[in-house]
Amino acid sequence: MIYLDNAATTKTSDVAIRAMLPYLSQVYGNPSSLHSAGQRAAEALEEARARVGACIGAAPGEIYFVSGGSEADNQAVLTAAALGRRKGKKHIVSTAIEHHAVLHALQKLQKEGFDVTLVGVGADGVIRAEDVERAIRPDTVLVSVMAANNEIGTLQPIGDVGRICRERGILFHTDAVQAAGHIPLDVRAQNIDMLSISAHKFGGPKGAGVLYARKGVPLYTLIEGGAQERGKRAGTQNVAAIMGMAAALEEACSTMQATAIRVAALRDRLIEGILAIPHSALNGDAHRRLPGNANFCFEGIEGESLLLLLDDKGIAASSGSACTSGSLDPSHVLLAIGRVHDVAHGSLRLTLSNETTAADVDYTVAAVREVVAYLRNMSPIWRDLQEGKRQFIL
Amino acid sequence: MALYSDKVMDHFRNPRNVGVISDADGVGEVGNAKCGDIMKIYLKIEDGVIVDVKFETFGCGSAIASSSMATELIKGKPVADALALTNKAVAEALDGLPAYKMHCSVLAEEAIKKALLDYYTKNDIPYDATVFADLDDCCHDD
Repeated sequence: MIYLDNAATTKTSDVAIRAMLPYLSQVYGNPSSLHSAGQRAAEALEEARARVGACIGAAPGEIYFVSGGSEADNQAVLTAAALGRRKGKKHIVSTAIEHHAVLHALQKLQKEGFDVTLVGVGADGVIRAEDVERAIRPDTVLVSVMAANNEIGTLQPIGDVGRICRERGILFHTDAVQAAGHIPLDVRAQNIDMLSISAHKFGGPKGAGVLYARKGVPLYTLIEGGAQERGKRAGTQNVAAIMGMAAALEEACSTMQATAIRVAALRDRLIEGILAIPHSALNGDAHRRLPGNANFCFEGIEGESLLLLLDDKGIAASSGSACTSGSLDPSHVLLAIGRVHDVAHGSLRLTLSNETTAADVDYTVAAVREVVAYLRNMSPIWRDLQEGKRQFIL
Repeated sequence: MALYSDKVMDHFRNPRNVGVISDADGVGEVGNAKCGDIMKIYLKIEDGVIVDVKFETFGCGSAIASSSMATELIKGKPVADALALTNKAVAEALDGLPAYKMHCSVLAEEAIKKALLDYYTKNDIPYDATVFADLDDCCHDD
């Protein structure tokens, strides 16, 4: 199998698995227990907290272990909401291309009386810090801008946004689920108040994540019922998964630069190969994107059938087509960058890892070319386009 | 992928009757690109029997499989049988479709009905308008 769906999840790295095993078989005590077996687990947890913090420039006491990116996003948004209620500030600024973990949490707050401004993006899929600045009001309590987009991989100017927010004393949260372990993050230099991380996006296990909250940010407790995580997240910590996450993040961060150069070269080879297919287009800026992300639209075909046929050829990929999600509309991100429904349905996301080879890329380019041609051959839209009854969009 | 039955995957991977009939007696197209699926059916009819049928589909795996199965079910059959084909029959013949994909079988039924309506209209054949009452081009969400 050629696995090109690393934005969905990554293979658990060897270093993560090795780091986890002792905490399943030997050090299985509950870190909240007083006995030695528990305290050994507690010590490991605190060591992991320091190691994770070091990867993003945070102090150990600013790291909260949670179940993953969605929980971290929800907790960050609700923290701001609780603060806003106390201060009478009920306006939140975010972007049109956020993950649903942020967008749906914001929609819930809108029903509870909050006002939300979603800053749009241009065709390049990159928000402008000035647009965020312009959206800020005296009653703004939170700005939430993702570090890198999960669909089209575009990198957002979080350093600029962080500076703008800090100058105005507004909380700044960034969903760094796709960014952590792949591009440099520094919560101090980038003036980040809250940041979300998910372990399984960089070789860690599923079911573990981090919410970083700068010292002094009054975190809202999402899950009640215990004093774990300094009272901010009840529930026995998933010690083994957290150890795996810490090991995976350290490895990803220590090899980040070399990996990024190597993977970005493969990504560019993939983009060049696929754009040779007529009436195809790259989604998002060609350069300001994650090293491993490539996302395309093809005119005249639908994404789900493309994925199924690529799967038959041993390629695991993803699409922003409505049919793959069970919803009626194609990806909100593709619509936000100006792709019309007709072509947004025909999208393909290929996300590479450090294990991807040049041969994988070349095989994939050939397979995509073949499958797109096959599907176009049975598409009434493609026939209309060929016969001039319909105008090409791409 | 366990999303679909083996039969759906078979008809998706090896669709029957793909193509165009240039001198078709009836052509029907339903769906729209905005919603992500369009189905087009071409019929060749002789002495009230569907002697040939072809389809073109832009859509997901189940849309392609539904078109393929629907053409199989009506090929060689009297027009009256084709007119009576329901989306349920298409879905059942495919060993079922996921609930949110049942729409694809509706498209197949409607594309065939629309092609038959075209055939009746072109040939001035009187028909029962109520059979075609529900036909429209709209997609799932109105």
